Amino acid sequence: MHHDFIDRYSRLDSVVHRRAAGLKLAVALALLLAIILWPRLDKSGLIAFAAIAVVLLGLAALSRIPPGFLATRLLMLEPFALGIAFLSLFQPGGGQTFLLLLLRSTLCLFTVLLLTNTMPFADILRVLKRCRSPSLLLTTLALMYRYLFVLIDELERMQRARAARTFRGGRWQTWRALALLAGELFVRSTERAERIYAAMCARGWK
Amino acid sequence: MHIPDGFLDAKTLALSGALALGALALAVRTAQRNLPPRRVPLIGITAAFVFAAQMLNFPVAGGTSGHLLGGVLAATMVGPSAAVLVITCVLIIQAFLFADGGILALGANVFNMAIVGTIGGYGIYWLVRRVASGLRGQLMAAAFAAWCSVVLAAGSCAAQLAFSGTVAWTLVLPVMTGIHMLIGIGESLITALVLLAVARTRPELLTEIADGHKGLLWERLAFGLLIALGLAVFAAPFASRKPDGLEYVAQVQRFEHKAVEKNIVPAPLPDYTIRGISSPGMATALAGGIGTVLMFGFAFLLARALLQNKSHAS
Repeated sequence: MHHDFIDRYSRLDSVVHRRAAGLKLAVALALLLAIILWPRLDKSGLIAFAAIAVVLLGLAALSRIPPGFLATRLLMLEPFALGIAFLSLFQPGGGQTFLLLLLRSTLCLFTVLLLTNTMPFADILRVLKRCRSPSLLLTTLALMYRYLFVLIDELERMQRARAARTFRGGRWQTWRALALLAGELFVRSTERAERIYAAMCARGWK
Repeated sequence: MHIPDGFLDAKTLALSGALALGALALAVRTAQRNLPPRRVPLIGITAAFVFAAQMLNFPVAGGTSGHLLGGVLAATMVGPSAAVLVITCVLIIQAFLFADGGILALGANVFNMAIVGTIGGYGIYWLVRRVASGLRGQLMAAAFAAWCSVVLAAGSCAAQLAFSGTVAWTLVLPVMTGIHMLIGIGESLITALVLLAVARTRPELLTEIADGHKGLLWERLAFGLLIALGLAVFAAPFASRKPDGLEYVAQVQRFEHKAVEKNIVPAPLPDYTIRGISSPGMATALAGGIGTVLMFGFAFLLARALLQNKSHAS
């Protein structure tokens, strides 16, 4: 299960991490709404955005998540936002819209990044449960999260095994090999699901 | 295509959220009725599978790579309503674990990819299956439907962006659908190849699911209605008005007269106009139509070629 690095920072211990999940979610949603609803980028808008940025940076510092990690994640997530913002340049008032969209989306991305990295997945499930989500959705989410790491590990083992046994083909060969890998992963997944069902029944699931 | 937070306005978020919730409730209901209990874990595992399969990078050209999106693939594997759950869960995990796609925008993303993409794509799959039978028909239907699902989802995403007044309809629709018409080719190839791989090793997995999934008529109608309603609401303002999306955006943002004096950064192309602006809708529709016909032919040839290879190999 070495793939738990995917969300390892969500289980740190800090002032922010210890807050209740509902509170963190509420604060994040309030910040997001404030960012979205601010109509335009005049002087007061700039001040408001700067204030939100300061709050976010303060929270980030308190959360003890490595700043380098946050910065790289932010950069990785920016391209789509940049693409859409770039399109806005080609319409009247585009410069203004571009700047507004860029600031807005960056602030929102940072808010979501902070929230996701200070909230373990179990907390998210708990919140969803309190919102009376249907049990099928909760079961699916919980199982998905549990077996995500297992399947990714399995996929890597299969890829390593394949790499050890085959020479490199052309692009078409690579595609076929990758698709075979995915197909095989699905077959193994269904077999695993059957075993899981048997195990769940054995433990009294109904 | 995961819309981050900050691009959609409050009314779009509320509308798409409500539509997504309604369709999700319907999907959960249908799945619960259709699925025998022993298949419940399969949905969760399939969601994990789709997520893991998305990590496989398929080399495209010049060092770039693409990956599976998986809506139609999931629908052919576990049935459409369960696939809505699968893709919704993938989107939830992506938003809450990786900040990939916004949290307020989750409803919009679920509507685009899990509802329009998956149910819409499956609808097309179902239609093509009516005229094309056997494994070849299945591969062809899946290849074509996978492409359609990506393009449909992109179109819905573009409509939401335009409805929010973020980007003009006449700009965002051709760009979004154009890019995704290319991405869709990869999706179509991967979907067909993976289906073929499963059909070769465990063919009964695919037939069993197809038989076990007979949605009620009203459920199908309700799904179709929700999708149509969403697309109509988001796209109607642009279709009904003489298609001057730019003006609409200006009205929504109320910067028609402020644009000049309030610009902080001067727009690089302030007087940008597309030649023949009165007919970009026609041009887009024409391009989309030609693309769809070409893709149908591609799917047909692909399914043929894949099965010919098989008979050579075995």
